[in-house]
Amino acid sequence: MEPYETRRSREAVEERNRVYGQHVKETMPKSNLLSGCIKAFLVGGLICCIGQGIRMFAAQSLMMDEQATNMFTCVVLVFLGATLTGLGVYDDIGRFAGGGSIVPITGFANSVVSPAMEHKREGLILGVGANLFKIAGPVLVNGITASVVYGVIYYLINLF
Amino acid sequence: METVLTFLKVFLVGGAICTVGQILLAKTMLTTGRILALFVVLGVVLTAVGLYEPLIEFAEAGASVPLTGFGYSLAKGVEQAVDQFGPLGIFSGGIAATAAGVAAAIVFGYLNAVLFDPKTKK
Repeated sequence: MEPYETRRSREAVEERNRVYGQHVKETMPKSNLLSGCIKAFLVGGLICCIGQGIRMFAAQSLMMDEQATNMFTCVVLVFLGATLTGLGVYDDIGRFAGGGSIVPITGFANSVVSPAMEHKREGLILGVGANLFKIAGPVLVNGITASVVYGVIYYLINLF
Repeated sequence: METVLTFLKVFLVGGAICTVGQILLAKTMLTTGRILALFVVLGVVLTAVGLYEPLIEFAEAGASVPLTGFGYSLAKGVEQAVDQFGPLGIFSGGIAATAAGVAAAIVFGYLNAVLFDPKTKK
């Protein structure tokens, strides 16, 4: 009596899992990898082209040298990314482009503004101040640490 | 014509780097923050082994605008500072080279967070 009941319920469970698995397969959006990649490629490439336009404007019209051009481009793109996030436009771009909007420096600016905006209610000094670095903090900590590690290696190599 | 070719290189290389991010996003459980951190560290490593500099020369903004370019700035800054100041440059170089971008992110980030409220998702 008992084993029969157990087997029956196990079969039922297997059947349920099979049906559910099939249901998930049917309902899940068809492998979005390719279309996601194309969108990321197009938007990411476009953002880089905007950066190139800013570079050329800085170098040719503002007569900036290489270093100033780099800084200028970076500052303008961060300004654009932060402002578009404030206006709520960057989130729409992000929903469409995924990695195409995260990987450029404008995505870094987005990751600074978004959590700060969300936690505004906790106060302008602590709420905004701390959450500006909620995502950007780990990025800076890891990036700067990596640069220091490389600095040590570079220094040692040049000693000998 | 040369300008068109430059923009084409920028578009292709920049798009390709972003596609790598998209693949990581879709195929792994990495969150946005982890991908950002990974790309910056990757940029430092690729610059250290001498692979990123040629890409910057080839594709300009296509390589400098993605966050790997931020890592490139960190690594290049450290190199220059070590050449200039010796061992102290190990600490000063990275932040000095990226100071403008980070300060811009803080100030424009602060301003936008104060001025705007999060939009309700439709």
